[in-house]
This record gives sequence, structure tokens and C-alpha cells, in this order.
Amino acid sequence: MKWRRFFSINWLLVYAVAYMIFLYAPVILLPLFAFNDGTIIAFPLSGYTTKWFVSLWETEALHGAVSNSLLVAVTTALISTSLGACAARAAARYRFPGKQAIVGFIMLPLVLPEIIVAVALLIMLVQLGLPLSLWTVVAGHVLICTPFSIAILSSAFAGLDQSLEEASFDLGETRWGTFSRVTLPLVLPGVISSLLICFTISLDEFIIAFFLTGTDVTLPVYIWSQLRFPTKLPSVMALGTILLALSVLLLVAAEWFRRRAAARQGQEISTPGGLV
Amino acid sequence: MTDQKQSAPRPIIELNAIRKKFGSFEALKGITATINEGEFFSLLGPSGCGKTTLLRIIAGFEDVSGGTILIGGKNMDGIAANQRPTNMVFQSYAIFPHLSVADNVGYGLKKRLPKAALKAEVDKALAMVDLAGYGSRAAHELSGGQRQRVALARALIMRPKVVLLDEPLSALDKKLREQMQHELRALQQSLGITFILVTHDQEEALIMSDRIAVMFEGQIAQLATPEELYRRPVTERVASFIGVMNFLDAKLINEISSGLELDIAALGHVVLPNSARPEGLDAAGIRRVGIRPEMLTVLFDADEGNGNVLEAQVTGTSYYGDMTYYGVLLPGQSEPVTISMRNTAGRSIAKPGSTVRVGWGADSVVLFR
Repeated sequence: MKWRRFFSINWLLVYAVAYMIFLYAPVILLPLFAFNDGTIIAFPLSGYTTKWFVSLWETEALHGAVSNSLLVAVTTALISTSLGACAARAAARYRFPGKQAIVGFIMLPLVLPEIIVAVALLIMLVQLGLPLSLWTVVAGHVLICTPFSIAILSSAFAGLDQSLEEASFDLGETRWGTFSRVTLPLVLPGVISSLLICFTISLDEFIIAFFLTGTDVTLPVYIWSQLRFPTKLPSVMALGTILLALSVLLLVAAEWFRRRAAARQGQEISTPGGLV
Repeated sequence: MTDQKQSAPRPIIELNAIRKKFGSFEALKGITATINEGEFFSLLGPSGCGKTTLLRIIAGFEDVSGGTILIGGKNMDGIAANQRPTNMVFQSYAIFPHLSVADNVGYGLKKRLPKAALKAEVDKALAMVDLAGYGSRAAHELSGGQRQRVALARALIMRPKVVLLDEPLSALDKKLREQMQHELRALQQSLGITFILVTHDQEEALIMSDRIAVMFEGQIAQLATPEELYRRPVTERVASFIGVMNFLDAKLINEISSGLELDIAALGHVVLPNSARPEGLDAAGIRRVGIRPEMLTVLFDADEGNGNVLEAQVTGTSYYGDMTYYGVLLPGQSEPVTISMRNTAGRSIAKPGSTVRVGWGADSVVLFR
């Protein structure tokens, strides 16, 4: 029996390693070629350079795309988190008819194919006669980010003992004072975590932005347009590297805040509900 | 008001026909009661009887569906919890987890007092609950008993007219609970503030309260002092909720000037003094009587039975150290009654199956309809 167990453990390890390589090898190629001194994306590597990063700095169109994306991502994060906070608090605190169905509908964009959402939104906007702009992109992004926000904030609000708010009110504090002195401090880490996640999702979302944007393009749409020019490919790799680093940083920060929220409320750190 | 005579109790809370509906469920069916200044008042009942709902209505967390509440003579209709002269100690204590002990205790006064005055008040409140020097501790560093004290200090610092306590001791272990019962009672007496306690623990209510309202299904079944409640329960349900009660069937034979002549199962023909008769009880309606376990005595050879003695069979014993509880089958009965006996020095314990003599006194019989 011993050899069998030995082998089964080994195979599991092989599988896990293969899985990780499959997942992350392409991602590692990104920084690899971003620092490669050669226009052609192929091995062997020809030398170390930072000129692709420098060329990014000198591209005017890129700067426009970055500021567009930041505007969209920040707006989306703020709106989604506000909506998510309201929904999460209602779901945690109140019982009302059709609650399951309503929450289910709000969470649906999580599993809907994005292309379907994008096409449907485009058709609707055209029917309504609304011009495509960065604001239509924000609307689309809010739709797909709100479920993530609710998922994060639900655990923050569910862990909040209702009698804490009642105690504050009982001690003479107003409803607003209770929110700012008790509720907000206790769910704040969750709110920050939600803002960061929504920001990240919006920042690198492509399909909806591609369909719904007008003349102002977001960063992913700009990158896609650059792929047509083979000479620009290394610059795109450099840009991708920056975005990758930024995303990882934001996600780590978001998870750190979520765990802090759980710890503040005295929960187990390993409670499910986090995305990372 | 300089006279030295004991002043008549002054009402602090007047509940008048309070009703509460949750959808089609009627949680409170017309509660009328007066709670006096400086009184330790308990709402006692099984879970779901509406006692917590009533407390939350007094606090202002729930609206009433009907009736009025006066606190200090003022109608509380439309006055929210943060404007009422009441403060609550929650069952979960509701200690703010992100604040220190001092910030928790000073929470309600923080905006009203300058820093130095606030600190003085907080220190005073912490000393009152034996937590002097704990101000800088974090909430999660406290034990259950300490959290309970912080919750109490946080309520007392507001100088409320009434302190509301929602099962405050139920999360503590037995030893600590008994200690806190006496401490809470002593603190309430020294402060002279009205306390309203919600509890399902009848022993706790008896130990701590000046008066107790026993509630079943949204109604007050009896409102009385602990002694009155134990000695003269008005219904069989109250009687069996407060301690243990043995019930026997009974029938009125005759109403005479000195009392009531009854035929009681197993006890036979008995004349009860008028004092045993609760107010408003129609003698013709008497169907059952009750006797507390300690009012029955297992007589050993040495004991003299003074008058009322029965032959009975022991069906079982439970040894509690200081007490022994006997199950005893009285003649002609199918269910054994419970008798409790102190285990005094030299007293033996009757064996199950043995026949003993049981003594009882007519003045210990409680009448029910």
C-alpha cells in the first residue's frame, strides 16, 4: 500500500506544478519581453533595456487613455461600492419578500458572458439615442463591479452585530452619528477592499469598454489598437508589466484590508467571503 | 417634602395597555403595569413570552401597536431611543470592538463634555463597576464578566432614570452569574436607580427583584413581590414556573366563617383559613390545590407529626448534598409528589420502596381554580 500512497502524492504535486505553469507562464513572459532589447517577441532574448518603458512615456495617445481609464475606474469604484454597501446592508439587516430573487438578479452579471452584457447594453443605448462616451463605459462597469462589491461588503455587514448600532443610538447618538462613529469604522476596511477590487476590475476590463466607448478610449482598448503594429508590441509588453504590477499590488492591499475588517470584528481570519 | 415618614412609591414608568403586533403575531396583548422609582423590577417568563419585546419598547427600539408609555410622567410616543432617559445593557453587551474600554464607557458623553471632565466621569464609572485602571484595555482583551461591567458602566455614566437589562447574566458561568446577581443588586440599591431586568431564570428574578412581572404569551400573569409570587401564585402555570409545586385535585365542601372546607385528594377533609384564599377567587371554582416540596415533611421515627400525617411510599430519591429530594406516592395517587428535606446532621435518607410518614400543614396549601 505504501508505494501507492507515495505515487498518488507525487502525481498530485506534478499536476499542481503543471497547473501553476499553465496559469502563470504566459504572465511571466510579459515582464520578460518588456525588458528585452529586440522588436521581435521570440527567444532567445537579445539583451536588457528599459527603452520600451521610455517610449511609453513619450506616447501622447497613451497618456489620454491612461487618464480616461483612471477616470472610469475611480468613478466606477465609487458608484459600485456605494450601491454595494446599500445592497449588502439591506441583505444583512432586513427581511423582505423576494429578497433572495433580488440579490440573485444583482449577482447575475458575475456569471453572464461579458460580451452578451456589452452587446445588450450597446443595443439599449443606441435605442435610447444616448451618445457613447466614457460615461456609458462607467455604466457598464458599474453593472459588472457591483456584484463583487456586494460579495465583499456582505461579509463585512453580516459580521456587524446589530445591537452595536442600537447601543450607540441608545447612548444618545443620532442615526448619522451612529453611522460615522460605529458602523463606518467597523466596515471601513471592507469598503476600502471593495473600492480597490472595483478599481482593478474596471481598469483592465476590455469588452464592455470596447463596445461602449466613443472617441475616448480606455487603456485596454488602446492596447488592443496597438497590437496591429508589430513594432509597438514590446511597448505593449512594458505597459502590460506595469498594469500587472499595479493589479497585484491593489489585490494584495484589498485582501489585507478585508482581513483587517474581519479581525476588527473578532472573526476568524480564514472566514470565507474574500476573493483572494 | 421634609417629613421622615416612608414616602409612597412614586411611579417612574407607567405602561398602559401596551400592544405589539409583528404581522399577524400578537407579541404583547395589553400590558398594564407601573414601575416605581428606585425599584428593581424583573420581567420573567419563558422565551417567546414578549418580555424582551416589552423591554425594547420601553427603550424605544420598537414602536407600539397600541397603548401608551409614560417615563417620569412624560408620554414617550414619538420619542426615539436616543432621546429617552433610559439606557440598556444588551444581552451580547454590544461593546464597541474598535474602541478602548474608556472610549466605550465615555461614548455617550464624548460630545457633551470637555476632555478632562469626560475622563473624570469615565474613571468614576469604571470604579463603580470595579474596573478602575482598565480604561486603556482593548475591548477584546476583556473576559465575559468584565464586558458585562463595561456595558453597565457605559449605561450608568449617562445617569439614566431607568437602566434596562436584557438577560445580562445569561452568558456567564454559574459561579460568576451568582456573584454578579448580588453585585448588580447591591449597586442598584446604592445608586437608587430603577433597574428593569429581563430574565427567563426564575431563581435570578427571585434573588434580585423588588417586584416581578411573570409573563406568558404576551400577558402579565402575575405582578408581585418575590415572596408573594412564591407563596401565593395565582395560577398553576405561575406556580410551576416559579420553583416546584405539587398539585392535587380538590373540591369545595362548604364555605364557613373561619375558612373553606375542602376535600383534597390524598389529604382528605381539610379546613383552610381565609388567609389562604387569594383575592377574587370564587370558592366554588376551586379545582386544584398546590403544596411546595419544602412544605411537606418526611417524618422519621424521632419526629413528631403535629396533626396532619399520611402514610406514603418513597418512589425515588435525588441527593443534592445539602438537600435530598424525595419522590413520594401519596395514598390513592398515580403521580408521586416531590418533597425536599434538608440533610441535617444525623438524619438518614429513606430508601426507595420504603414506607414513610409524611407531614403537612394546612397553612401551606395554595388554592387554584
